[in-house]
Amino acid sequence: MTNTVDTPTDASRSTPPSGLIAVARAPGWVRYALLAVGLAVAAWLPNGLYPAVAVDILCWALFAVAVDLLLGFTGLMSFGHAAFWGTSAYVTGLVAIHAGLPFPLAVLAGALAAAVLAVPIGYLAVKRTGIYFAMVTLAFAQMVYYVANEWRSVTQGENGLQGVPRELFGVDLTDDYFFYYAILPIVLLGLAGAWRIVHSPFGRVLVGIRDNPARARALGYPVHRYKLTAFVLSGFIAGLGGGLFAVGHRFVSLDVLHWTTSGKAVIVVVLGGIGTLWGGVLGAALVVRLEDWLSFSGFEAIGLVTGGIFVLVVVLFRRGIWGSVAALAHRLAARRR
Amino acid sequence: MSGFAQNTFNGLVSGAFYALLALGLAVIFGMLRVVNFAHGAFYMLGAFGAYVLLSEAGVPFWAALVIMPVGLGLLGMALERAVIHRLTKLDPLYNFLLTFGLTLILQDLVKLRYGVQSSPYETPSLLSGSVDFGLFDFPTYRVFILGFAVLLCVAVWWVLTRTRIGMVVRAATERPDLTRAFGIDVGRWVTPVFGFGIGLAGLAGVLAAPMRAVNPLMGADLIIVVFAVVVIGGLGSIFGSVAAGFGIGLVQAWGEAYLSTFPLVSQTIVFVVMAGVLLWRPAGLFGREEAPA
Repeated sequence: MTNTVDTPTDASRSTPPSGLIAVARAPGWVRYALLAVGLAVAAWLPNGLYPAVAVDILCWALFAVAVDLLLGFTGLMSFGHAAFWGTSAYVTGLVAIHAGLPFPLAVLAGALAAAVLAVPIGYLAVKRTGIYFAMVTLAFAQMVYYVANEWRSVTQGENGLQGVPRELFGVDLTDDYFFYYAILPIVLLGLAGAWRIVHSPFGRVLVGIRDNPARARALGYPVHRYKLTAFVLSGFIAGLGGGLFAVGHRFVSLDVLHWTTSGKAVIVVVLGGIGTLWGGVLGAALVVRLEDWLSFSGFEAIGLVTGGIFVLVVVLFRRGIWGSVAALAHRLAARRR
Repeated sequence: MSGFAQNTFNGLVSGAFYALLALGLAVIFGMLRVVNFAHGAFYMLGAFGAYVLLSEAGVPFWAALVIMPVGLGLLGMALERAVIHRLTKLDPLYNFLLTFGLTLILQDLVKLRYGVQSSPYETPSLLSGSVDFGLFDFPTYRVFILGFAVLLCVAVWWVLTRTRIGMVVRAATERPDLTRAFGIDVGRWVTPVFGFGIGLAGLAGVLAAPMRAVNPLMGADLIIVVFAVVVIGGLGSIFGSVAAGFGIGLVQAWGEAYLSTFPLVSQTIVFVVMAGVLLWRPAGLFGREEAPA
């Protein structure tokens, strides 16, 4: 008898439709073409959007991929990933302000701090699965929020950390347009890392655990340790995003740790398509763009729209964008055969 | 000694709110396998509704105490019929997300209309002042809340253990498949139980209005603590959820009073207790380990 107590309810029904498999089965040229298009869009983005928005999209893309690594590929819905995103944002901000290091090093420090925080939280959280896992991660993230809120001498409380520098060996990065290209390699590295994790033997085991934890255990895989490793890796990637977000905004507020941030990350993934990895990138782009447009047009109740998207996506569009497209492509391919 | 009594009393009062919310969460989870994130939003709507009724229509506290739970309970039932039941066959995570979205919507609707400032709500005159218990005296209103909440919990306990509906709810909560296998129509009770749980949240909100700041965000922070409470008690256990609610209220109050050298104790102690419970009894203090898959 292990410590895991929750029976996954109907694993077969809850398994998200896998866009990943559809893409993996697609012919090689399709995959390379998709990759080329993706890179081309990434290279063009700040020319078509406000560069600041493009920067946010990159950061949120990392966040979404981190959440999908757990939700889509390990079957764990973390509802507390703001803890890692936000912790890294604060640590990055503090390191950048006080140590004056180049921003990539500050971001790395932040992401490492997030990964370290993910160890105890993950250790405790993986003892539960399903909905309990969501509640436990949410609760621990709230604890981190309270600590940051009270620890004013370090976090500046509600005033937030101001004046996070964008130091990079004296290069002038104050223009968001150039900053975007400065962080793009880091983000691509993070995304490639996530892809590598998912497509490694380790990632296959995670999917096996997601689909049938009992069998994975019976095969001798230390399920808890795998889940914890995935959790820490996910915390690190979320931390990369959070750190870049802090440098991008040159400001860290308590919002980065708030439960709404955790929830937004999850819905970004569901909107893009659970278990599709790149779907989360699309979801991030859409949600960030939409929120920017809303706040620009002076609409005050952004939560009304975000909440509405939540409800609509969950009721009508559970496969998400990538999942729907992949399913469609799959059906077309099947008809042709 | 009187300080201890004071702290214990205050702990039980805040525990009463946790218990009422946890009780609603537990019966809803039992019947529907839905963890209702919007529970905190309904608590907020209860408090806000009482405030709006009083300030805009002059409806007194006592009437609000009936109107709001019933109204919100009906709203909850409509909601269950309209969306939630469509998702109950899927992974419970989808309903968690759905109710999370509803929370954002409800919060922002109230925020749009009334702003984020806290609104004062006067304690009903009948319950102002304090009750003298010999060695110490407590605010009458808090004594009323505690008595009322305990009475409610006892009443719910009575319904659950002594009536047929209660039997069905308990059976469905603990062994849903077996209950269906006995030919009991669990589905018939789902909507009323959902409404009842929401009604309890609304009632807790009305009770909170005179002693806590009434604002659109009052429910969300509370509900996360209540999630920790039900993880501690074991969400599958109705008794466990209520006991954990009162217990956490006590632990928080004592922690605040006697561990005040540590900052943040009152806010974080519940999460520390949750961590301890996860280490020691992952299923929760009163939870039962479900058979592994």
